[in-house]
Amino acid sequence: MIEIRNLSKSFSTADGVVDALRDVSLTIRDGDIYGIIGMSGAGKSTLVRCINMLERPTDGSVVINNQDVGKLSPSELRKVRRSVSMIFQGFNLLMQRTCLKNICFPMELAGVKKADAVKRAKELLEIVGLPNKANAYPAQLSGGQKQRIAIARALASNPKVLLCDEATSALDPQTTHSILELIREINEKTGITVVIITHQMSVVEEICNRVAILDDGRVAEEGEVSAIFSHPKSSAARKLVFPDSEPVGQAVSPDERRIRVVFNGAVATNAPLITRMAIDTQIVANILSASTKCIGNKMYGNMLLGVSPDDATVQAAVDYLRGAEDVWAEEVTQDAE
Amino acid sequence: MLNNAFSPEAIREAIDIFVTEFPLAIWETLYVTILATFFAIVLGLPLGVLLVVGEKDGVLPLPAWLMQALNVLINLLRSVPFLIMMILVFPLTRAIVGTVVGTVASIVPLVIAAFPFVARLVEGSLREIDPNIIEAAQSMGASPLQIVVKVMLPESVPSLISNAAIALTTILGYSAMSGVLGGGGLGKIAINYGYHRYKYLVMLLAVVLLVLMVQVFQTIGTKWSLRSDKRLRK
Repeated sequence: MIEIRNLSKSFSTADGVVDALRDVSLTIRDGDIYGIIGMSGAGKSTLVRCINMLERPTDGSVVINNQDVGKLSPSELRKVRRSVSMIFQGFNLLMQRTCLKNICFPMELAGVKKADAVKRAKELLEIVGLPNKANAYPAQLSGGQKQRIAIARALASNPKVLLCDEATSALDPQTTHSILELIREINEKTGITVVIITHQMSVVEEICNRVAILDDGRVAEEGEVSAIFSHPKSSAARKLVFPDSEPVGQAVSPDERRIRVVFNGAVATNAPLITRMAIDTQIVANILSASTKCIGNKMYGNMLLGVSPDDATVQAAVDYLRGAEDVWAEEVTQDAE
Repeated sequence: MLNNAFSPEAIREAIDIFVTEFPLAIWETLYVTILATFFAIVLGLPLGVLLVVGEKDGVLPLPAWLMQALNVLINLLRSVPFLIMMILVFPLTRAIVGTVVGTVASIVPLVIAAFPFVARLVEGSLREIDPNIIEAAQSMGASPLQIVVKVMLPESVPSLISNAAIALTTILGYSAMSGVLGGGGLGKIAINYGYHRYKYLVMLLAVVLLVLMVQVFQTIGTKWSLRSDKRLRK
């Protein structure tokens, strides 16, 4: 378990003191795939660097498995770091070493016997799906392959925690998907706790079970991913969950009001919800935008509806939509953002 | 005077000197240069490493006054002209070699003049490393010594080799200069025959050989550096 308690970090820069983190408290349970999401500059990279003390917090503490890592001696900290691995946006492989030797690197640091290290490294190459790249150099690999080698290297010391600092941000969507898939597989097989720092909601959506939304150095919202997706409470969360609904205000016509419908695993049926609403309540809705997808036969995503502007209609539509299972609806007003 | 430089007589004389004196001079130049470079690296490499790791944000921050002192010392040694450096270190040379003249004696001032230069070259090489790679090693629990030995030095090998070639060729130039004050080698021949005895052809031959040696060292260094760089593998 990772407990982050009242963590603050400020940097002094030429423009004065910058508070990167302000009183952040989070609990990450064993086996979680925990997302920490925020816009650039929200402090998420600083936060993940504080977990393994690459960055020293100004105030507060980080407790990993009942050890306050801020209070450890340098050599004790090095030992803890071997059980808390990290992967990076820029991969950070050793460019003058082969892939196999890159994977051996953390084992070399820990004093593992060379023959054992090589054997383990070969197993890890299998796990990440690159068994034939043992003798290739990082410069000869694609971005996705480099990240796979970095993941293999991160796993070499049998860590309890894997920190991913924007690990998929430099990759295309297809490769991102395959890397996330790999991380999920490893999490399921080994029970490793994964902390994912990202600015992409799609990453959280795809892989995380819990998420914290970081805004201006503070935790704006924290909880189950499904809960945050269906009921984003904070404005920071709304911005991330509904990024494309920003310009709504300008386009609103005076004779229409807007309702946002969030599908959070609703079962798709032959009688689609909006059509059913039209039949059952006589309310005709205009679908202004929709971003939904079906996984299995369940529907996820959100939709923006336009309905006639009287209070009774809006209320009736919201009530009707909320009546459906795994669906959330609310009126969107300009000041809601 | 220059008319006479290429007279048949002068050419014959130059060939004679070339055959009798040059082999030893080439050998002296080579071994002075290589030994001096070796010792300059022995002293300069650790110093260069210290300059990088000991910084405020380095992997092993050292007291600011110590870093300041190292920097001042290096700048001081580098600002003394080499000929004057030879005279300044006479006492040291005498203490180590027993004499201040001769080929072996010239190694001492060469090392003193070159190791601060080597330290700066090493510093430059190590600063080229992506700091994120060092951070990654720290995140894996690498100690400062492990970072130096397993990350910083191996990752900068191509740059270090290329800089070693620069050091070697610079020291070769200095060693020729040491001919003025009793050092041996091609420099001595060039100065003795060219300056003291107006035998330009002999001097020219010595200079051509020095130029050739620089070319060879530099070409080998550059080729070796490129070959060693795994970032260039396709």
